[in-house]
Amino acid sequence: MPRVLILLALLLGFSPAVQAQELQNLLQTHAEEVAKPGRRTVGTVLDDLASSGIPQVATFLEEWQDKSVWQSPEGLFFIADEDGDSLILTDIDSGVETTAPSDGFTQLKPNGGVRRVIGTALVQFQLMDPDLNRRTTAVASIARRPEASQLSPLLGSIDGEEDSTLKARKIQLANFLSASFAEDTADRIAAINSLSTDVSVEARAVLNQILTTSPALAEELPTDVNIARVLNPGADMSLDAAYELLVADDLAAPRTDADTIKAALASNIINGRVGDVPVAQLGTTANRNRAYAQLAHSGTVPPMVTETDRDAALAKYTFFEIYNEADPAITDAAKAALASVETRVAVGQSADLALDALSLASIYFLAAIGLAITFGVMGVINMAHGEFIMMGAYTGYVVQLFIPSYTLSIIIALPLAFAVTFAAGVAMERLVIRHLYHRPLETLLATFGISIALQQLAKNIFGTQARPLTSPAWLDGAWVFNDVVQISYIRIAIFVLAVIFLFLILFVLKRTRLGLEVRAVTQNPGMAASMGINPDRINMLTFGLGSGIAGIAGVAIGLYAKVTSEMGADYIVQSFMTVVVGGVGNVWGTLAGASLIGFLQKGIEWLNPSNTLAAQTYMILFIILFIQFRPKGIVALKGRAAAD
Amino acid sequence: MNKSFLIRNPSTLWFLLGLSIFTIVVTILSDAGLGIMSTSFVKTLGKTLCLCLIAVAMDVVWGYCGILSLGHFAFFGIGGYAVGMWLMYARTEGIVLDSLATQTIPPTAQEITDAIGNQIFGVVGSSEFPVIWAFSDSLFLQLLMVVLVPGLLALVFGWLAFRSRVTGVYLSILTQAMTLALALYLFQNDSGLRGNNGLSGLQNIPGFEDTPQSTISLAFFYASALAVALGYVLFAWVTSGKMGSVIKAIRDNESRVRFLGYHVESYKLFVFTITAVVAAIAGALYYPQAGIINPAEIAPIASIYLAVWVAIGGRGRLYGAVIGAAFVSLLSSWFTGGGAPAIPLGFYTIQWTDWWLVLLGVSFVAVTLYAPKGIGGLFDYLVRKPS
Repeated sequence: MPRVLILLALLLGFSPAVQAQELQNLLQTHAEEVAKPGRRTVGTVLDDLASSGIPQVATFLEEWQDKSVWQSPEGLFFIADEDGDSLILTDIDSGVETTAPSDGFTQLKPNGGVRRVIGTALVQFQLMDPDLNRRTTAVASIARRPEASQLSPLLGSIDGEEDSTLKARKIQLANFLSASFAEDTADRIAAINSLSTDVSVEARAVLNQILTTSPALAEELPTDVNIARVLNPGADMSLDAAYELLVADDLAAPRTDADTIKAALASNIINGRVGDVPVAQLGTTANRNRAYAQLAHSGTVPPMVTETDRDAALAKYTFFEIYNEADPAITDAAKAALASVETRVAVGQSADLALDALSLASIYFLAAIGLAITFGVMGVINMAHGEFIMMGAYTGYVVQLFIPSYTLSIIIALPLAFAVTFAAGVAMERLVIRHLYHRPLETLLATFGISIALQQLAKNIFGTQARPLTSPAWLDGAWVFNDVVQISYIRIAIFVLAVIFLFLILFVLKRTRLGLEVRAVTQNPGMAASMGINPDRINMLTFGLGSGIAGIAGVAIGLYAKVTSEMGADYIVQSFMTVVVGGVGNVWGTLAGASLIGFLQKGIEWLNPSNTLAAQTYMILFIILFIQFRPKGIVALKGRAAAD
Repeated sequence: MNKSFLIRNPSTLWFLLGLSIFTIVVTILSDAGLGIMSTSFVKTLGKTLCLCLIAVAMDVVWGYCGILSLGHFAFFGIGGYAVGMWLMYARTEGIVLDSLATQTIPPTAQEITDAIGNQIFGVVGSSEFPVIWAFSDSLFLQLLMVVLVPGLLALVFGWLAFRSRVTGVYLSILTQAMTLALALYLFQNDSGLRGNNGLSGLQNIPGFEDTPQSTISLAFFYASALAVALGYVLFAWVTSGKMGSVIKAIRDNESRVRFLGYHVESYKLFVFTITAVVAAIAGALYYPQAGIINPAEIAPIASIYLAVWVAIGGRGRLYGAVIGAAFVSLLSSWFTGGGAPAIPLGFYTIQWTDWWLVLLGVSFVAVTLYAPKGIGGLFDYLVRKPS
């Protein structure tokens, strides 16, 4: 049949003029097999249909598989829909619809086996279908359930494929199928070798499928099977698992476990004793075993299989795994290919991890950079910094309530969040922090008071449930490099935002009049004041700037995380640690701190992927230790600026 | 100079007198006397006393020594966990033995352990006893752990931190990080302490199953009052005399004390560790009255509230910490418990359960700004006016 199908594939390239009733006539020659198809007999019919080159064949096969083909009393075949007592008949050649009473018509009901055979035959038509969507669907259905019979039609359809993406996909799929199903060993090995550069999940599944093994045992290691490896009970598998295999093959009696012993003892109590052991003494394992041994001796229960018995039984047999694939040449090739794929996957995973870490570092950087200004440059501990982040995120949420376009709303939300938190920061500086510049510990407590008040206020206004901050559609989805390496666009956007802010802040601090004055006030407020700078004004603006950036960070964080009243609290400790680890008073230090913490956290998560809480715990412990050795952080200020 | 420190600190005697009167009044009002006061309120008062004790410890480390530790609630929690492990083990053992006694065959030691493990750790999908539960069958060893574990933790942490001269806000952030790390660790299911379920049923004291809760709560109230009295006297002694002067001097100017030849780190380490131990003892008394402990109790916010109590009560005076803790925590439970009447404004009704934290935050800012001496500062007027 496959050869016929290839022929058909070539034939279908042409479009022969079709005469009316051609398909009907062809079917009539096989009327009996079509009306009552069997799994074996239907093959000839399908071959004939396929080789006929009639374009309606595909439709007919679909309807046939769908049980929508009816036979008229005269023996003609129609595609029909039941409509009450009558049938809407469609001519299988011309497609002309007529209506007829359903008396005398019989529905063709091919059984499941036949329908599968029809389905396989259909694939080749669908693979060649002029409609791109149908071809894609057909390819996808092959990928879902690969079968040996699909290989030839797939190969045949590659040359005629016009769409380049689909063609590449077909070639890839054909490779998978040949690796598993090609008849010629050389073809299979060639296909397997070509998979060694493919890191897709599918390719790995194909290779793993070839390399599946089943456990087996024998007294002597057989030579005529494809052995994957010899298992050493106690090292490669547990002794009990090995013994279970013996039990499963009826080569040994099951182990007598504690529950069995207990049940046996409980059902053999005679006059308050089991054997000669009083029931009251059965509270130890030794006494229970002694009582059971006595029962076994008298034949009441099967003898106990002890660990010694188990080990003796195991010693008699060799355990090994055999490949389900019999040909060692193929399994060797697959093993080599899989090893090469896994190396590539490992490299890919490292790259993916690095991207993840980078995006986490960007988030920490965004959350901490505002703090780096207020804490680092001004020396003010602002525990309400996290609440400014929250305020920014809620600003974004409120903007989205009024502006339905997500793109526009984000563009408006960013400066608005800055404005709102800038104002809040300035107000806080004027009302509270100004009075506490010489009492840093009290600043910490006062700002904490503001923090809990703001948090509760947000809860009162917006409720406790998480509010959505939806990103625009162009930020949905992910940039997929391959099955291993991918990163969502939103994380890329956050990364870009972090980079923009890094340079913006560097620019403001180093290249503008405001930055100059900020640095002057930081270094020596008295001297700065005598140079005509107003330290009050500068402190206010600096604090506002730091808070405003927190607001923008809030919008960014809200886009990928949930907006809740507690979101700020989640970031505050990490933000402080980012600043402290990086080195206070230095934007580059914050960058270094964020990178260190981001990469560290992702690294620890990678070592123990199931447990992100543990990763955070160990990261904090690491930071505590790190500060022991570099109390001034990674980028420590030197000279006079370092003196506090 | 040879006068007792108690004579030099009359406030200590006044405090002890007040505490005794308070204890007697509560006894009279409780079920043991007139029966006016409910058992749950006795418990609340007992818990408040424990909070007063940790507040006194916090006051010594912050108000006297100038170390703003945001980690003392972690020690409080560890103390609670240590005693909770014994309470939970012993109680579960009793239940398991009762249920296994109905079997025809007496259980083996292994079966008993497995059944207890299943009962305790089934909720986190495990039945194995973690290593840290090794001593949980012994009340004495667990009580020793109440003191030793937080003591050692504080010793190691303090030694590391003070040695590298981490001071001021950096130390605060570091202690906060320690608390956060501990809380996150305890939140894990495989931490061996039942993850976020925590330890529960701690109000049932093994061996006293038939004693009514009213009696147990009164007993714990006395124990808490005694602990507060002893802790207060201990810290009054620590903060008086020469050592007290050095400690206060460290708060005011660490460098000068160092230049005078004192080993500042040792003093700080001593204060940090001893307050941690007292905090743990307070926790060990608190949680059997609360009945449940879970990692959320240790979250960094709890330690910050502790600082809030001390600041509102008045730093640098021990009775200030007691007043602050008692005042704020009782007020807090009155407001959040729905005790305070709602205020209708016409367009909006202020429900205090929603607005209490806002009020607390704002009043805290106000206290920090305008009354740095806290409520305790009022006593200065009382004392000074007559003289």
